[in-house]
Amino acid sequence: MALLKINNLCKSFGGLSAVLNFNMEIRENELIGLIGPNGAGKTTVFNLITGVYKPDEGEIIFKGENIGGLPPYAICKKGIARTFQNIRLFNNLTVLENVKIALHKDVPYSLPAAVVRFGSFYKGEAKIEEEALKWLSLFNLDYKKDEIASNLPYGEQRRLEIARALATHPTLLILDEPAAGMNPNETLELMELIRRLRDEFGLSILLIEHDMSLVMGVCERIYVLDYGQVIAEGKPEEIRNNKRVIEAYLGEEV
Amino acid sequence: MLELMQQIVNGLSLGAIYALIALGYTMIYGIIKLINFAHGDVMMVGAYIGFFSVSLLGTNIMVAMIFAMIACALLGVIIEKVAYKPLRRATRIAALITAIGVSLFLEYTTIFLLTPQQRIFPQGAFPVHDYNFLGLSVSNKDIFIFISAIVLMIILQFIVKNTKTGKAMRAVSEDKDAAVLMGINVDNTISMTFALGSALAAAAGVMIGVYYNTINPLMGILPGLKAFVAAVLGGIGIIPGAMVGGFILGILETLVSGYGNSLYRDAVAFGVLILILLIKPTGIFGKNTGEKV
Amino acid sequence: MKMLETRWGKFIIEVVALAVIFTLVQYFITAGIFNQYHQITLTSMCINIILAVSLNLINGFTGQLSLGHAGFMAVGAYVSVVLTKFMGMPFIVGIIAGCLGAALAGFVIGVPTLRLKGDYLAIATLGFGEIIRVILQNIDYVGGPAGVVGIPKLTSWGWLFAGVVVTIFVIQNLINSSYGRAIISVREDEIASEVMGVNTTNYKVLAFVVGAFFAGFAGVLYAHYFYIIKPETFNFLKSFDVLVMVVLGGLGSTTGAVIAAVFVTLLTAVLQAFPAVRMIIYALILILIMIYRPQGLMGNKELSVKILGRIWSGKDGSFEDK
Repeated sequence: MALLKINNLCKSFGGLSAVLNFNMEIRENELIGLIGPNGAGKTTVFNLITGVYKPDEGEIIFKGENIGGLPPYAICKKGIARTFQNIRLFNNLTVLENVKIALHKDVPYSLPAAVVRFGSFYKGEAKIEEEALKWLSLFNLDYKKDEIASNLPYGEQRRLEIARALATHPTLLILDEPAAGMNPNETLELMELIRRLRDEFGLSILLIEHDMSLVMGVCERIYVLDYGQVIAEGKPEEIRNNKRVIEAYLGEEV
Repeated sequence: MLELMQQIVNGLSLGAIYALIALGYTMIYGIIKLINFAHGDVMMVGAYIGFFSVSLLGTNIMVAMIFAMIACALLGVIIEKVAYKPLRRATRIAALITAIGVSLFLEYTTIFLLTPQQRIFPQGAFPVHDYNFLGLSVSNKDIFIFISAIVLMIILQFIVKNTKTGKAMRAVSEDKDAAVLMGINVDNTISMTFALGSALAAAAGVMIGVYYNTINPLMGILPGLKAFVAAVLGGIGIIPGAMVGGFILGILETLVSGYGNSLYRDAVAFGVLILILLIKPTGIFGKNTGEKV
Repeated sequence: MKMLETRWGKFIIEVVALAVIFTLVQYFITAGIFNQYHQITLTSMCINIILAVSLNLINGFTGQLSLGHAGFMAVGAYVSVVLTKFMGMPFIVGIIAGCLGAALAGFVIGVPTLRLKGDYLAIATLGFGEIIRVILQNIDYVGGPAGVVGIPKLTSWGWLFAGVVVTIFVIQNLINSSYGRAIISVREDEIASEVMGVNTTNYKVLAFVVGAFFAGFAGVLYAHYFYIIKPETFNFLKSFDVLVMVVLGGLGSTTGAVIAAVFVTLLTAVLQAFPAVRMIIYALILILIMIYRPQGLMGNKELSVKILGRIWSGKDGSFEDK
């Protein structure tokens, strides 16, 4: 069964179609790429899936349930987590706190317990701390746990954002240009990491990426978006040779 | 029906005053994104200058208004240079607190220098006549306020639309950094905006003196706040919006005190404010823009 | 010494410290070392601390600019006075009802307005605060614009002390918990927070309601100390006063809010001696502090014994914003 199935998704801004009749299917444990020229509507698709925008039309079926139009926090609780193209960390908070906030949705103690400091608060906090550290060490960030997030170097900020997303225990992880601004070496490491995450946590991963070596190297299937519509879908080698895709990227005259 | 028309006519002059103050609010907000809480107090200073010009120098009301406008234009520029400019890179809330500080400073310096007593605007400066046409009674006071406000608004429109300074002002409120790259002197443009806005407030101050006959050092607080509501109502940062918002608010207020409980008059402004914010926060003329993610 | 660093150790130290402060001040009052003037200043100080710490929860930690705090204070004051003076109920009933009334007002106002952001929210809350004032002016039962006179003086040092301690205790415990982190994440980045599973609307309303609750508490204490309440006392200028304290202390710093509340109260008391220029000096100080230290006294840092120690030894005296 498909984990995520998107049917005829449409979204327009001020009469301009950003996404038009978009269809997509992601199966469990799959690694999917979403590519397309600038302004093709890729990030809009992500924003629709994660509830940041409300769809005009169409449905987004996740685990057999239409989540289209739900608020982002509800969609997060259903098991979809994401990162942002322009990193959005909680900049004035520490690395550890950033991850702890992602763990808030399963907070193990009640609000009164927090205010009056029942025993359950201390136990719960210890548990949150332990789990947050676990995620940080997975991304080699535990040694910087008390650093302020905005003071991290760029690559570590990207890693922290992924760690934070994973801490919400998603089944589907959505990465918006995870390799943006990385050098080829870092990109290679990132490819490794993405594969490892998928295998270790049984995740499905959907990513937008401009770096073709990364997309072609790591994704099992690729959707190509142009002017808000899917113009091609298939295995990396099929996409590489698809005439419409080449046209979309290089212009009509080729 | 006739009475309704009469109330609306009465509301026009109050609306014109609100519109003039609202223009300054909206221009200043448009250019530096600051709710200039001291704006109402600049108006108060304008009223006092007008008052002294008439009572001590014996000028007529037009000359008094021009004096007030020139002095307050200067005052506005000084306030901006001394208090707001150092905070241009600071948080919005720090600038807001500074504006509150400037407001208190103007109010209490005036009290210190001129006592908190209210003063009666000299009647001789403006002999009131009532005119009647079509069954409506209109005083020359209302006609004077309405016409001078309209003239000032036309001049402002001309400046903003057709002069180099006006174009610079629009450019800076659109995108400050891009304006710098286009060779616009942002500091001068901001000063110019404060000068224009404060001059309009001063004119409104003299008009309020004529309208209510009395002035006092704290007279700027409430009209200032209401004019701000008018600016939000029209869409903050939008010049025609401030004019329309001012007139709507002035007329509504006159209607409420004419027909209902005048104690609720002040609540009208805020009720309108909350309604507009909940229905269309960007105001009547505002465009809806979502946050880009 | 080890034992003092455990949870219970710290708790005991805190309780002892509080007991000492309470007894000392109580002694000063009973022994007559604090005269009438001192006591009024002390009362204003405690009320200002409660107001500043509670507004800081909304403005500083949640990042929602509210200018309606005086309105909630008014609700607390009026509700409690109706119960104690008009109905003869005990003070504690007045306190609880005043706080809950203010919290309810916070909920009713917060739910529709907290969709707004930044300046728009500020103006909407200011508008609601003023509407509360105008409504009170039009209720004859509570004296209309003249207000209520002859309120029994029930606010004692004990109640003031309890008010301050409970306010700080609740808000600090809330902030230093997972719920508090959720609240702070709203300030940091609302969209990221929402995507991480935080129902941001709920937390904004929560902060608003808790803030209003304690503003109500301050209102109750105020009404039962100063004998008279008038709607005019709770106009938007009062909200500005509290905002000034919060920003002076540093948005998002409870210790900052406390220090600023103490500072502003003392400043006002000292300036009382120069009535003619009092407000002019106050205004100038405000402008100068904002120009030279726009992030406030503490930035978003908390003052702790550790930092004090470091300043003392001269190692790292700065708690500048990074």
